[in-house]
Order: sequence, then C-alpha cells, then structure tokens
Amino acid sequence: MYKKQVRGVLVEGNKTYGQITRDITTTLYAKTPLWWYIASSISSIAIIVGIWAVYTTISVGIGTWGVNNNVAWGWGIINFVWWIGIGHAGTAFSIFLLILRQKWRTSINRAAEAMTVVAVICAGMFPMLHMGRIWDAFFILPYWNTRGPLWVNFNSPLFWDVVAISTYLMASAVFWYIGMIPDFATIRDNTTSVVKKRIYGFFSFGWIGSARGWLRFEAVSLLLGGLTAPLVVAVHSIVSMDFATSIMPGWHTTIFPPYFVVGAIFSGFGMVLTLMIIVRKVFKFQDYLTQSHFDAIARILTFISLIMATAYTTELFMAWYSGAEYEMFTFMRNRVTGEYTMAFWTMITCNAIIPQLFWFKRIRKNITIVFIISIFINIGMWFERYVIVVTSLSKDFLPSSWATYSPTSVEVGIFIGTLGIFTLGILMFFRYLPMMAISEIKGILKKTSK
Amino acid sequence: MKKYWQSIEAYNSLKNNHEIAEDKVSEFSVEGMSEEEKKGETSRRDFLKMLGFTVGGAIVAASCETPVRKAIPYLNQPQEITPGVANYYASTFFDGNDYCSILVKTREGRPIKIEGNELSPISKGGTSARVQASILNLYDNNRLKGPTINRESIDWNTLDTQITEKLQLLAIQNKEIVLLTSTIISPSTKKMINDFLNTYPTAQWITHDAISYNAIRKAHETQFNQAVIPSYDFSKAALVVGFNADFLGTWLSPVEFAKQYSAARKLLNGEKTMLRHIQYETTLTITGGSADERTPIKSSQEKTILLNLFSTLSNSLKGTVYSLSDSSVNVTALANELLENKGQSIVVSGSNDIETQLIVNAINNILGNYGSTLDLAHPSQLKQGNDEAMISLMERMKNGSVGGIIHYNTNPAYNYPEAKKYIDGLDKIELSISFAESMDETAMLCQYVAPDNNYLESWNDAEPKIGFYSMTQPTIKNIFDTRQAQDSLLKWMGATQNYQRFIEKYWEENLFNKQSTHLIFKSFWNQSVHDGIFVSEEKLSANYSFNEAALKATEVSTKKGLELFLYEKAGIGSGNFANNPWLQELPDPISMASWDNYLCISPSLSKQLGLSTEDVVSINNKFEMPVLVQPGLQKDTVAVALGYGRTSAGKVGNQLGTNFYPFIQIKNDLRKTFGSNVNIEKLEGKTYPLALTQTHNTMEGRSLVRETTLDKFTKDPASGNEQHALDAAKDATLYTKPEFTGFRWGMAINLSACIGCGNCVMSCQAENNVAVIGKKEVRNRRIMHWIRIDRYYSEESDNPSVVHQPVMCQHCDNAPCENVCPVAATPHSGEGLNQMIYNRCIGTRYCMNNCPYRVRRFNWFEFANNNDYDYNMNNDVGKLVLNPDVVVRSRGVVEKCSLCVQRIQEKKLLAKKENRQVMDGEIKMACQASCPTDAITFGNMLDPKSEISKVNKNPRNYHLLEHVHTLPSTSYITKIRNKKS
Repeated sequence: MYKKQVRGVLVEGNKTYGQITRDITTTLYAKTPLWWYIASSISSIAIIVGIWAVYTTISVGIGTWGVNNNVAWGWGIINFVWWIGIGHAGTAFSIFLLILRQKWRTSINRAAEAMTVVAVICAGMFPMLHMGRIWDAFFILPYWNTRGPLWVNFNSPLFWDVVAISTYLMASAVFWYIGMIPDFATIRDNTTSVVKKRIYGFFSFGWIGSARGWLRFEAVSLLLGGLTAPLVVAVHSIVSMDFATSIMPGWHTTIFPPYFVVGAIFSGFGMVLTLMIIVRKVFKFQDYLTQSHFDAIARILTFISLIMATAYTTELFMAWYSGAEYEMFTFMRNRVTGEYTMAFWTMITCNAIIPQLFWFKRIRKNITIVFIISIFINIGMWFERYVIVVTSLSKDFLPSSWATYSPTSVEVGIFIGTLGIFTLGILMFFRYLPMMAISEIKGILKKTSK
Repeated sequence: MKKYWQSIEAYNSLKNNHEIAEDKVSEFSVEGMSEEEKKGETSRRDFLKMLGFTVGGAIVAASCETPVRKAIPYLNQPQEITPGVANYYASTFFDGNDYCSILVKTREGRPIKIEGNELSPISKGGTSARVQASILNLYDNNRLKGPTINRESIDWNTLDTQITEKLQLLAIQNKEIVLLTSTIISPSTKKMINDFLNTYPTAQWITHDAISYNAIRKAHETQFNQAVIPSYDFSKAALVVGFNADFLGTWLSPVEFAKQYSAARKLLNGEKTMLRHIQYETTLTITGGSADERTPIKSSQEKTILLNLFSTLSNSLKGTVYSLSDSSVNVTALANELLENKGQSIVVSGSNDIETQLIVNAINNILGNYGSTLDLAHPSQLKQGNDEAMISLMERMKNGSVGGIIHYNTNPAYNYPEAKKYIDGLDKIELSISFAESMDETAMLCQYVAPDNNYLESWNDAEPKIGFYSMTQPTIKNIFDTRQAQDSLLKWMGATQNYQRFIEKYWEENLFNKQSTHLIFKSFWNQSVHDGIFVSEEKLSANYSFNEAALKATEVSTKKGLELFLYEKAGIGSGNFANNPWLQELPDPISMASWDNYLCISPSLSKQLGLSTEDVVSINNKFEMPVLVQPGLQKDTVAVALGYGRTSAGKVGNQLGTNFYPFIQIKNDLRKTFGSNVNIEKLEGKTYPLALTQTHNTMEGRSLVRETTLDKFTKDPASGNEQHALDAAKDATLYTKPEFTGFRWGMAINLSACIGCGNCVMSCQAENNVAVIGKKEVRNRRIMHWIRIDRYYSEESDNPSVVHQPVMCQHCDNAPCENVCPVAATPHSGEGLNQMIYNRCIGTRYCMNNCPYRVRRFNWFEFANNNDYDYNMNNDVGKLVLNPDVVVRSRGVVEKCSLCVQRIQEKKLLAKKENRQVMDGEIKMACQASCPTDAITFGNMLDPKSEISKVNKNPRNYHLLEHVHTLPSTSYITKIRNKKS
C-alpha cells in the first residue's frame, strides 16, 4: 500500500549516533572562528550604545525620549511588546510541538528556547527603563511593608505584566536548562579539556544516562511543558491587556488577547526562521535543518498570517460596525489613511500579504526567499506594535491634545542596545552550548533519517 | 539573682538547667580557633579589624550626609504672623498699562499669590494673567540689586548728593529737565510731581505710553472740550460694537470690561436677554472670538466703515451726512440694530487715529450713549500718554536743549518707534536717570539708575477713574537695595518726609473730606488701607456739550501691498514683563503659541504664497520671521505682536521674537499700530520652530464644546445639549456607583462666560508651583500647566467661530487613570477627588495614556534646581514665590490638577476649629477665585443648596466626553451666542 509521506526527511546524511554527537559538539571544541569575534564585537558596540542611552535616560530623565504629554508611550513599549513576541517562539515551539508530538521540532527547539530567554531578558528591560523613577521600581512588587501596609494595585495590567513576564522568564529558562542536562553530560564525557569537563560536569548535575534518569527527565519535560504552555498564552494575553483594558480608541477591544498571542507566535516563528537559516548556513547544519523543517515553519506562518489578516479585518470591521466615532476615526482616518498610513500599510503588507507567498512550494523551497520573507515578518510585526501604540495615543478623544511622536537617538540607542544583547546572547549560546538537542535528535533518528 | 520556684517540678527543672549551664560546653565548634578566640578574647588582629570597620563605616556614614538647609526661626515673632497661616493685604496693581485692585497673600512674610479685591467696584475681584504673573516679577533675580552710576554700583547717599547737585545746577543754568513717565494714576504721585516741577522750574513732565491711546483723549478734547477717556459701562449696554478694540484682552481696562461683559452674557438665573456683541477687527482676538458676530476688516478701512455707519445713523435721525468712499462691509443692518438700542449701546474703536475716534464719538453721541453707557463724569485715568509731547521732546533732545532726563516706569529706548533717534538724543543729555527695576534698554543708556521698588514693596495710591481710589501697600520689605522712585524724587527735591507720609497727608487733605463715614482721619486711613478701596461720596456730574462741527474725515489713501497690523498679546502685552517666564510660557489664547512672536498670515494668503506655519519669510528684505497661519485674520493684512525682541529684559526675555515697535507709524502727531505696509517673501526650505501647545484646531464634529443661540435657548434651555439626554438614557454600568458622605467636590465651568483670557492658567501656576519648561519642551508638547484652555475653530477658515474650553483634571468617579496605575499612586478620595501621590508614583505614565482628557503632566526632567531650566525654580530668590503648601515635584512623577486640595483642607480645618460646617462658596479654587468672568463654580455637590448643585441641575450642564462613562465631577455649561438668525 502506498503510504503518503507527511513529513520530509528530518536528518539527512545517514548519520550514526556518534556522528550526531560529533557534528553538534564540534563547534564547542573547535577554535573560536574569526567571524564570531567580529560579530561579538559589533554586538558589544551595540551594547555600549545601549549603555550610553540607558545612562542618559536614568541620569537626565525620560525627557530625553521623544514621548510627550499626549503620546506618553513610544519606542520603549513598542520594543517591549516586540521582544516579548519574539520571546514566544522558543517556548511555543518546544511546548506546543512537544504536546502535538511534532518530531521536527527537535533540531530547532534548543535554539528557539535560547532565543526566548534572551528576548525576554531584552523585553524585561523596557518596562523598567521606561519608568520615570527606576530607582523606585521595587514599588511594583507586592512585598510586605510598613506603609500601611500598602499593596500594589492588583487591578492594573502593568502589575499582571510583572507577574506574567517574570514567571515566563523563569519557566522558560528552567525548561531550556533541563533540556540541556543530557547534552551537558555528553560534552562532559567527550571533552578533553579539564576546564570544560569541570564546568559542563557541574551543569550536568551528575547525569549518567540511566534508564531511571531518562524516565524522570521525560516526565519533568512533559510536566514543565504542560505548565509553560498556558503561560505562553497568558503572557501575551496580559501584555495585550495593557492596551485592551484601557479606554483609548484602537486599544479598547476584546480581540486583543488572541490577536496578540497569535501575533507573538507569528513574530517568534519569523525570528526562529531568520535565525535557523543563519545557523544552517554558518554551521553547515544542512543535514539537521533540512528543507522540510523550513517547509513546516513556512506552512505554519502562512496559516498564522491568515489569522493575522483576519484580525486586522475584524478590527476594521468592528470599528465601522460599532458606530463608535472615536474608533472609526482611529482606524479609518489615523491608520488606514492619515499621517500613519505608511506604518499601517507596512504592517498589512509584511504580515498579511507577503507571507501568502508561502502558498507556493517553490518559494518555500528557496531558502533565500524564505529568509527575506522572515525578515519582512519581523519588520511587519514591529510596525504592528508601532501602529497600535502610537496612532491610538496621538489622536484620541480631544483634538486639542493631538500630538505627533517621533523617537530620539536615546530611544533608538536603547533598542540598538537590546539588539546587541540579543545577538551577543545568541553568539554565546552558539559558542558554549549545544545548539541542538543531541539526545532528542537521536530519539527521532531511526524514523526520520535518510 | 535568687530564683524562686513554684512547684517541685519547677524546682527540679531549675536545678537541672543549672547543672547543664554549669557543664560548660561550647555552643559552636572551637576547631581552628586561636587560643584567644577560644577564650572569647579579642586578639590584636580582631581589634584592628574592628577598628577599621568602625572608622570606615563612620567615614561612609558621615560622607552620605545630605546638605543642611537652615530654617531660621524668628528672634521676635511678629504678632500678625502665624507660621502656616496666610495673611492677606489689600493692594493695587498698576504697571503703567493695566490697573487692578488686588489682595496679596503672604506666607511667613513673603507674598506668594495675588487674588482680586472684591471690594473694588471696577475690577470686582477679577485679575488678569499679567496681574497674576506679576508676583514673579518681585522675585526676579535680574532686578537691580542697588543704585548704579554708569553701570557700576554706588551707594544711595552718593547718588543722592550727585544727582541733587546736578539737578540744581541744571535749574540754575536754566536747562530743561524732563521727567518722562508712564501714565500715572496715583493722585499722590501727581501731587508730588507737581511739587517737583515747582522745585525745579525748568522741569517738564511728559507722559509716554508704549501703546498710545492719545487719539481718544484728543477726540474728546475736540468734541467735548475735555481731554478724557470716558468710562465705559458694558453692564448697561444691550449692544456692543467693537472696532479693533480688544477690550476683553488688552484694550484699556480688560478686567473691568470682562467682568461687566460676562455678567451680561451668562444667562444662569433665568434671564431672557443678553448683551449682544458685534466685532469688526483685523486679526482674531479673544474679544472677536467671544463676539456674536465678527467681521474681519482691513484696519485702514475702519474709518470708512465707521463714517458710513455714522452717515447711515445720521440719515435715519435726520442729522448731517458725511460721505467718503463706500464701506467695504454693509453697515445698514448694524445701523438698524444700533438704532434699536439707542442709549444702551457702546461703539468702541482701538484705533489711535483722531478722525476715527471723532467718528466713534459722534456715533456714540448720536445714539445717546453719553450719559448712559459712556460716562464723562468719572473718566478713566488710564492711558494719559501724550504723543505730541513725545514728538516735541525728540526734537528738543536732538537740538540738545534738554539738560536732564528722568525715566520712571518707561522704556522708550525699546518701545518708542524712533528708538534710534531717542538713543542718539539721550547721548546729548548731561544728566540721565532711570528708575527702572532692572537694567532695561533705557536704563542701560542712563548714567544713573536708581532702582525702584517692585509695586509689592511700595506705598502708593491709584485713581483709575475719577472718584475711585485704590491703595497700594508694601507686603514685604524691599528684597534688594532698592528705593521707591517717589522717595527718590522726594529726596532730590529736598523733602524730609517719606512717600508714605506724603500719601497719608495727601489723603488727609484731599480725600478725607470726600467721605462721611469716618470722623477721624486715622480711622479713615486705616479703613482705606485695610480695604484697599475708597470710593468718593462726592457726586460728580458731567457737564459737556457736543461740538458737531468738529467731525471731519479725510479719504484714506489706499496703498498696495500687505498691511501690517500690530497687536498686543494677552500675556506679554507691551513687553514690560518680558522677563517673566510664566507669561512667556502662557500660550496665546488664540494662536496657542508661546515664547515668540511671529507673522500671522491669513489662510487665503498662505495658500497664495505657499506658506504654512513655521515657514520663514523675509520682511522687507531686512529680517526674517516665522509665519503662523491665523484663521480669521483679514486676508490682505499680516499681523505681529508687539512686546517681543527685547535686548535687555533679562535672561528669560532677551532675544525672544522680533521688536516691531519700529513699525509703529507716526502720523498727524499720533502713533498708530497699523498703516505701514510690508513686503514678505518666502525663504524656501527654511523653517523656524514655534512652541504651539495645540496644533489641531477643530473639534472634528465631536460634541466637546456645546453651543446654542439665544433664540433656541429661550425656546428650549437644553438646546445644544441634546446629546446629554441621549447619553444619560444610555447610562448603564455593571458596577455600583461610588457613594459619598459629607463632601463631594464638584466644579462647573460656564462656557458662555469664559473668554479664554488665561488668568486661570497663571493663577494655577502661581498657586500650585507649576514648573516652567522653556520653549523647546513646550514645542515637544510637554507643557506643565495643570489647566489649559483649549481653543477650537469652527465654520469657515477666513472668519471662524471661536470657542474656548478650560480643561483640567475632571476628577472622574470612574477614573480611567486610577485602575491602571500599578502602584496605586492615584487613588480616589472619599470626597470625590482624584488624588496624586507623588511619593508613590514610579512614572509608568499609564495613567497619562488612559486619561481621555489628557490633563496629566509628567516631570520629564528635574525642573527645579536644574541649570537647563534656569527659571524661577533655579535660584534662591525665584524660589521665594513657591507656595509652601504645595510640594515641588521631582523628576519622573506624574502631576495634575488637585482641585486645590490645600485650599479645601485649609477651609475644612478652619471650619472644624470654629466648630461649624464649611460654608458654600467659602472654598475657592485658584482658577476660580480671580476669574474675571466668574466662569467657574465650585462646591459641595452633596449639599442640595450649594451653588454647584444648582448649576449642575441646569439643563445646560453637561460633562466632557460623558459617553466614555468616566463620571467626571467637573461639568460644563453650554455656550450661548446672541446670533440673529
């Protein structure tokens, strides 16, 4: 009987287990390549720019940003939401695909999780830096105090943010780390360097690969996965509530939580795609990151892009259908047309139109085009946040208060700084950690290799 | 200590414990301890360690000490001062232009706030933005700290000796001494100047106003034989027709007129009629904006229109008819309306053209307005400037026949149109003296500067209208080594008494007999100083005859090109307060621009020349200026504000904008603010930033300011407010409405009364220590004002209809800002106030985003003690103006209108102390207290008898954005215009 092959070959080159270990750990033992130093230096320069911008913000004031009395949030919040969105990829990847028993995740999930952790760290910096008095940031934590006691406002979505993001960061970091334990043990056992043996030995928690160990490992992975899955949904739902619970036209909509979660996964997958294509090229992992991996991601992106398009259309429809004059104004005259048209149509083009090219198999197969489209998705999702944050605030209820917003070098500098942190974090990950889950790939080797 | 036991068990356990204690086993391991340590002794090492730690810790702790700010208690506490309790002193504001009777609030001996004096029959408790801001002039660090000779300081005795010698010498040489002053309305000063003129027979007294009103006096002299400005009573009028007279903003006595005008236009107590106001003007002013009908006219056509109006009136009343070319606007309807309101109308013109004023007088005369709305028996004493005398002085200065000149409260080197000539003439004068408070343009050129006290440090009196007196008393000892100008003059004429005694004597001799209440002078004097007001009981009647033949009108020669129209801004005025940062930052009520003057051009001209706001043009190919497109400006005219381009005002006011006094034209011995023509040329690609606080000018069809006409209002009082009923019908909520007991504070703003003058903005700034942020940050849309006045245009752009709407925190019961704050820094009080806890605020600015009224302000920078914001909060003198009841906010926190919670608290405590209820109207908000139009009502909404409860029941009452369901405590009352349909 003819059996249709649903998924393509996931590990090519007819690998043996030993080969897999060698392939993936080579980079750890090899001499650090020159490009790594160059890339790290560029990232460090970006971080230095960021440090300057942060120093200016903290020492002089938020006034160094372009925000004003009417548009009080700007790049700070846009980038916060953008990074959080990117930070959705890893956990979503590992957990949803783990739960859905998608085997192809194995060669991608490790990198995606690393990306998550770094992106969430980047994201977490923004709400802090964005505060007028960062030195009093601890006020936002509900700790027992002598002021009454005075509690935080449990009704405020910003407080929910604090809880959700910190939980999410911890959960994803733990999940990521636990997944790496068997691989650390592998490195410990293979390495010839004494230093590495000690370090990786420490982090491997004495893993010996016993059957009991594996049993527990699998159980913990599943448990953590089950715990983190709702978090993925919760975090971005809560971020969306920063907007949805407000009364600003264009923010005050019930569609926001699902729309934001899907948007976050969209941008996360986009970033995963960008990153994995680079990894494939640089580390020559063609055998592990095959056409069929990218094909699978592209298909998912096509689907999510359609959801995004539906969300955009629904918003416009609701603005018209509700008959609310402020909603109508915000959507029709300040987004579709008006001063911010460029941002709006960039968002539509990048998020809803361009990914539709993935319907064509030939495009999905062309890694270069896939790479370019993935970049478009990243840009499009940035503009989505820009459209949401800026357009609603700039022209709201009282026309007397309408104002425009443009960022200053300080705001851009902070963003550059976080880009630096992100790339440097990823570079460190490439250099010092096994960038694919060796043990998991071995687990799927028999069924899906060629 | 002996231990007692209660039972055998206890005894046993006590004994056992004792045994254990005796069995000395160390609690912790002693392994690795040195012998000393085992014994519990301190080794040399430990001692050094401990010493190091202690000394190090002490050093760290000591170096962390915060700087000590000393508060020095009174050695002998003055009887009238209770720390923490304010004292109020009645006084008078007069800066040479505007008069206002005031109360000065002092705290611990320093004046911090100005309120209106309600006893004054003229200003009736109102103030203007300039009066409110004048308190800051007192603490201007730029003021002269002592007398100077050739810009080097000397002491007063040397100065007195030298000047007296020189004056006497000049008198002997028979050389002219000129006393050049601003308008003086003080009867005592006038008397003293007369004494001075007697002492120095060669002395001449010349009055110079920056902006001249001389034509009105001259016209009255020609027609009535009295060189006066009549006193206008808008409250007696049913129809007011203004021609380029911004009588609500800057013309003559705006506070007085605004009080009368708004009282006749509020319609809150069931009135069926209201004052009708028709305005013909060149550029849009707040007066034109408030008018029921407004027509833009070319200022050069004003005379023709007025003459046509006069002829039409005269024709109907069978009088003489004059004819010039036809008027550019049809005046028949206007004439009919004026005829309907004979004897209860006012026609005023702001023109300084004698013929125009002659026609205006003829019109008022033919309508029988003299004796009813225009009073010649109690003429205004303001604006006594004599243009002719100034012109002849210039001649004499040029000839070198003037030997000495004394400047008092006048700055001709800046504001005289031929300032260059004046400066040249000043060079030829042997003795030049200035009484300027700061080194202004004229004082810079004078040999001697004998700095005058600020008016808040001075004794003085005022007679703004004949028979109405007002008192000025010092509210603080002079801060710097200054001396009142009158005292200086008294010294120089050899008098021994001081000016205070002089006034007292003057009042005793001249005013005591004009009253019958007090039998002894001392009691009359004390009462007058206490009240600040004295109204003469003397009955004056006007004795006049009108000389019809004096009316003459010549054809206006029409020139090609753009006409230049010069106007005053409500804040900056003639420019004498240019160094006042509050006034500089006050947005112009019409253009919404601050910190600059600019060339206003009409929308049609902007289209024609391809110019938009912030483009730069070159004027007469001489200098450059930014452009502002001003709807409502006559299309062949460009307009520029006077009072800018100061070169020696101080660090705040220097080099802001361009000085347009040189464009004032001298024609027929009168200085005119219009008539010169300019060429403008666009400079491609060049722009200049303007600090606008509002950039969108229309309401976008939203129901924000609700408006109706008198006709519709009389049929249905709720007309224009239909949306209120619709929204109320849809009012639904899942939540319980908040309930209040005791107090629930509320405010209502009558948009029919509000003229947008900006007094409330300044009053709030003074009361609540609102920071000045400078032009750059205003342009960044970060102004800190807690109350702003939104201005919207509607209808066509060539002649828009204007509405003003003061907006401050609305203190919503369902406040969107409150539930989004993560740290609960902005909770709701039990009295309905939306509070802001600065100490708790971490500055997420979420509340600002979620406020639909956009009234929350963020401290983007540290605005106090910061050299980047070098205004009054950056020097010790300037900081004296701060209200000690209100904290100065630091960087990174949000602030907003608190509904003057300190004022509420003060009166609540007072009521508690006196064991009574808080009375309605006892608590007044800063914005409300001195509002010249009484547009604001405040009170307890739970008290059904309170004024606010009554106003809230009015069918005209509505909330801003009520459909957003924020449930504000502040409401608005619809605007009514008396339009003829």
